[in-house]
Amino acid sequence: MDKQRRNFLKIASVTALAGIGAPALVRLTSTAAVASEHVAAAGHAPAKEKAGAHGEAAPKGVRLGMVIDMRRFVENPRLLNNAIAACNLVHNIPQIDNSKSEIKWLWKAPFTSVFPEQSAYHAAGNVENTSFAVLCNHCDDPPCVRACPTQATFKIPGNGIIAMDYHRCIGCRFCMAACPYGARSFNWEDPRPYIKKYNPDFPTRMRGVVEKCNFCGERLALGQEPACVEACKGTGAMVFGDLNDPKSEIRRLLDKEFTIQRNASLGTKPSVFYIV
Amino acid sequence: MIEKILRGKPAYWMWLAFLGSFIAIGAACYARQYLFGLGLTGMSRDVSWGLYISQFTFLVGVAAGGVMLVLPYYVHNYKVFGKITILGEFLAIAAIVMCMLFIMADLGQPLRAVNVILHPTPHSMLFWDMCVLIGYLSLNILCGWVILTAERKGVHPPRWIYFFVYLSIPFAVSIHTVTAMLYCGLPGRHFWLSAIIAPRFLASAFAAGPALIVIACLVLKRVANFDAGKQAMDKLVTIIMYAAMLNTFFVLLEVFVGYYSNIPGHKHSIEYLFFGLEHHGHVYNNLVPFMWTSVVLNFSALGLFSLPYVRRKNEFLLGLSCVMIFLALWIDKGLGFVFAGFVPSPLHEIVEYIPTLNELGITIGVWATGFFILTVLYKIVVGVEHEIES
Repeated sequence: MDKQRRNFLKIASVTALAGIGAPALVRLTSTAAVASEHVAAAGHAPAKEKAGAHGEAAPKGVRLGMVIDMRRFVENPRLLNNAIAACNLVHNIPQIDNSKSEIKWLWKAPFTSVFPEQSAYHAAGNVENTSFAVLCNHCDDPPCVRACPTQATFKIPGNGIIAMDYHRCIGCRFCMAACPYGARSFNWEDPRPYIKKYNPDFPTRMRGVVEKCNFCGERLALGQEPACVEACKGTGAMVFGDLNDPKSEIRRLLDKEFTIQRNASLGTKPSVFYIV
Repeated sequence: MIEKILRGKPAYWMWLAFLGSFIAIGAACYARQYLFGLGLTGMSRDVSWGLYISQFTFLVGVAAGGVMLVLPYYVHNYKVFGKITILGEFLAIAAIVMCMLFIMADLGQPLRAVNVILHPTPHSMLFWDMCVLIGYLSLNILCGWVILTAERKGVHPPRWIYFFVYLSIPFAVSIHTVTAMLYCGLPGRHFWLSAIIAPRFLASAFAAGPALIVIACLVLKRVANFDAGKQAMDKLVTIIMYAAMLNTFFVLLEVFVGYYSNIPGHKHSIEYLFFGLEHHGHVYNNLVPFMWTSVVLNFSALGLFSLPYVRRKNEFLLGLSCVMIFLALWIDKGLGFVFAGFVPSPLHEIVEYIPTLNELGITIGVWATGFFILTVLYKIVVGVEHEIES
């Protein structure tokens, strides 16, 4: 049962990204997995399979990522709240009002928390006073997946999403110790009484399992954008797409703007980029 | 041999009843936790491991400490340990049972624990930890039982058992090395991300395990007329001293690296442990008194051990010193090491961990279970020993 659902999710997301019956995603990822292969064959991509410790490996397949443009969030202070609310609603995230047990997928934090390795000495005012969007980085080399003893958290080969199998997780919380970004939450008690409005399209979780942002894998499979991206539609605050596709919107933005990733020195290769 | 546990003096039964009452408390607390969830503990989103995992970590060391008797006796043919090597093997059994109970108590979904076996994952250190712990437990049960049976019959142990005895030596090292690897391979946790964690764990283990055995020998001498022999005790104390000094040395190296490099991430946890960490105008320091107690106990015990009078003449002081070093190492590894690793959190917030009463109840219950098993196993050893003598 478990395995079937996992396989279904994998296949569903891959087919969605390949553009079969998913018009919205076709635009996001243009020619999907095939595009990057063409590039590699034409010799535009780095020649070696592995670029070694000083760079990312040559792109292979689809790698979903996100650019968070903080300038847009500063212009429109309500935008981030809308995105968070959309995420909470879509994923039945319990609203537990205590920092000890709270569940967070997408949330707000100050610059010094999100980028503790960056200096905030005499930082520009808009950096000091802005709440940054924080979510799972969907690392290309995720320490949580390495640590999990049951493969309950795993990388979906077709799109690079770090997903969770809530029915396999034993609740050892090794992944929480392993994640250098604090992206994971644990259900210290039954979350269901804390769900404000129930969305029947996404499973609720039981106590004793870990959860986190899933890049809306379930929505991608239906050809929809992630809930937070949809909430920011038209503003360009959150741009989502295939990092390996040179023609994708996200790549055009990355090529144009200077972006930073959270603590990239750890070698985890985060797939979430920030324009400060 | 098992019948030996059924006959004992009233004090023996009272001791078991005493431990039994704590086991009952622990079981009741666990029932509450099982029904409600781990929210009954003091653990949080930021400090996601607490007393259970820290006790597990410490007790893996106690289990590995048994090898400090097995190795001299079987590899170096150090006959003086002949009578007490079995105590080390049986201590390992009790300690590993405690480790496993602590892991089970810590799981959010304990009924799914077999998933670790159903979906074996070699890139997870937890998978390997399970393998070596089960391996070491089996080896100690097998070797202890076969050798004690042979001793009772007055014959040499079968030759094949020596293969398993020798195998248990690398296994003892591996259980604590792999436990260290649970921590020291995690990016972004500066306090744990250090290659000296495994050697440091082993050093403290080789002091804590034998210290507990010395205490057990002193107790057994009084209550069960079981004399380990002065020479054996003297040698054990030497082992404890060297191991405790190495552990102290390793900890001081960590302090040097942190403060001389002046890299904030390397200093934060040490600062939090020993001086308190300031954040947004608040100083977080709930572990400071514990850590300084550990330092004082550690150096006092080392001082006492260095006096020949304490080592050879005064059993009370010897026992006291062993209790002191055991407590010092327990605070160092069984509290400070795990809790401080989560401070500050990846988002540079500081959340302090304070265990709840229910959590303490479970913890005491597991320790009582371990001592219950240890008592019963040592009762067998003493019974067999007396049978041979008479």
